[in-house]
Amino acid sequence: MSVVPAPRRTASAEGGALLTAAHPVRTGWSVLPARMAALCIVELQKIRHDRSEIYSRAVQPLLWLAVYGETFTKIHAIPTGSTPYLDYLAPGIIAQSAMFIAIFYGIQIIWERDAGVLTKLMVTPTPRAALVAAKAFASGAKAVIQAVVVLVMAALLGVGMTWNPLKLLAVLLIVVLGSGFFACLSMSIAGIVLTRDRLMGIGQAITMPLFFTSSALYPVSVMPGWLQPISRINPLTYEVDGLRALLIGAPTDLWLDLGVLAGSAVLMVTVASMLLPRLAKG
Amino acid sequence: MTTDNAEHDIPALEVTGLVYAYKQNRAVDGIDLTVAPGSVYGLLGPNGAGKTTAIRAVTTLLPIPAGMVKVFGRDPAKDQMGVRRSLGYVPQQLSADQGLTGRENVANFARLFDVPRSVRAEKVERALDAVGLLDVADRMASAYSGGMVRRLELAQALVSSPRLLILDEPTIGLDPIARDSVWKHIAEVRAATGMTVLVTTHYMDEAEEHCDRISLMHKGRIQAVGSPTELIASLPDAHRDNASLETVFRYYSGGAGLDEAIEGGIRDVRSTRTTANRVR
Repeated sequence: MSVVPAPRRTASAEGGALLTAAHPVRTGWSVLPARMAALCIVELQKIRHDRSEIYSRAVQPLLWLAVYGETFTKIHAIPTGSTPYLDYLAPGIIAQSAMFIAIFYGIQIIWERDAGVLTKLMVTPTPRAALVAAKAFASGAKAVIQAVVVLVMAALLGVGMTWNPLKLLAVLLIVVLGSGFFACLSMSIAGIVLTRDRLMGIGQAITMPLFFTSSALYPVSVMPGWLQPISRINPLTYEVDGLRALLIGAPTDLWLDLGVLAGSAVLMVTVASMLLPRLAKG
Repeated sequence: MTTDNAEHDIPALEVTGLVYAYKQNRAVDGIDLTVAPGSVYGLLGPNGAGKTTAIRAVTTLLPIPAGMVKVFGRDPAKDQMGVRRSLGYVPQQLSADQGLTGRENVANFARLFDVPRSVRAEKVERALDAVGLLDVADRMASAYSGGMVRRLELAQALVSSPRLLILDEPTIGLDPIARDSVWKHIAEVRAATGMTVLVTTHYMDEAEEHCDRISLMHKGRIQAVGSPTELIASLPDAHRDNASLETVFRYYSGGAGLDEAIEGGIRDVRSTRTTANRVR
């Protein structure tokens, strides 16, 4: 029996007409949110296709809660007043795990630069701020999933948290803002150092200081005097304080926490957007 | 050097005295070129000739002063968004997003170029069909071969109905069969749409076969411009027997062939190697 190859389809005149058909383009204020939405869809699609990072990233915060948290609750080493240490720690671990995801987003954007993905996106009619904000959103989306994992684990370990849906929504908002800030900080550093190796070193160098100078593990009041002002300029402190207020009712100025986080995130989106063209040139 | 005449009132691309330097290194050293609408224009030269830098200046990736570049009359120094809306761009690296399917890669670009929702799915379908990837559109791009990724990038560039399609070394790192396939699809799409194509390559045979006009670039400068036939005809009689574009290039570059003329810095080598590694 002879085999006749099927005729291969080619770009037809009809197809060509559709491919050359002009369409109205978006201009003005609506460009930024439209592009952000488009790029956020892409980031969610990527998470849907590969969830392995989410599972592997969940291990570390669970260890912090189950091993470190349980141990330090038993030895009463950290003064948290009438609040059990595990309850005190859970919001800090949510913020910490979000930061650990976000702080290496600069490496991803350098990888995308090297692979040509970023370069190609930068030739589309997309504001730089939308490219940066979408990455920040992706970091926030992953952090939200982590936060849910930590909340469930904390509940299983007996942490007394609020289940008020509005407060939980506010928790997720704070997580997204904090994660977005650190992702943009990382992308800003990427725009300065330009290579993955340098960024890895800097990422390692700043992650632990950010963590230990925040109120994630212990109250600011127990820190040495010289460390307390540093803690007050660390956005992670405001993120932890906000989460703690919402989840376990710890006293804090929630609006101040939200304001600092939102302001820091907007500022860092702006800075990272301004530095992004350096990556394209590099 | 021959003169490059515009064939229409508004050229698809007009470059005048373009200069760009990376610190002390003048990658592009005062080039002029005019690309007529509907033509396939080739920038031919070895690695390090300045082709990619010129492309990056045209595509708004590099900051350049006003007046040096105009894309359909728009100056990227003054109207970046307007220029970007008229461009389809395929960079030298294999740049499809490996974390998405082929269809998602193309649909993303449709959204970024405001293709209306009512025709988006169909247009994505047509773009994938035009490059022969419709049957594998829902596979992850990471499962595509190098040639398929190149065609996917072509579909990404086409879905926005660009007026000027810019291809930076579209066949670099591909095997001969994949190279042929990529060029065949470029030719088919061009025949169907009539869009202008600006392509860089260091393959003489590709430039000779597929380009209407060619600029020979060497050391950041354009050494000669014309159709392949005109370029060969421009050689003195003593060099014209059995002459090819390689002969033309040797003549205008002062004796260097494409292989010997490679002067690309680590930037070019790294980029080429990255692409080759992803193709393997």
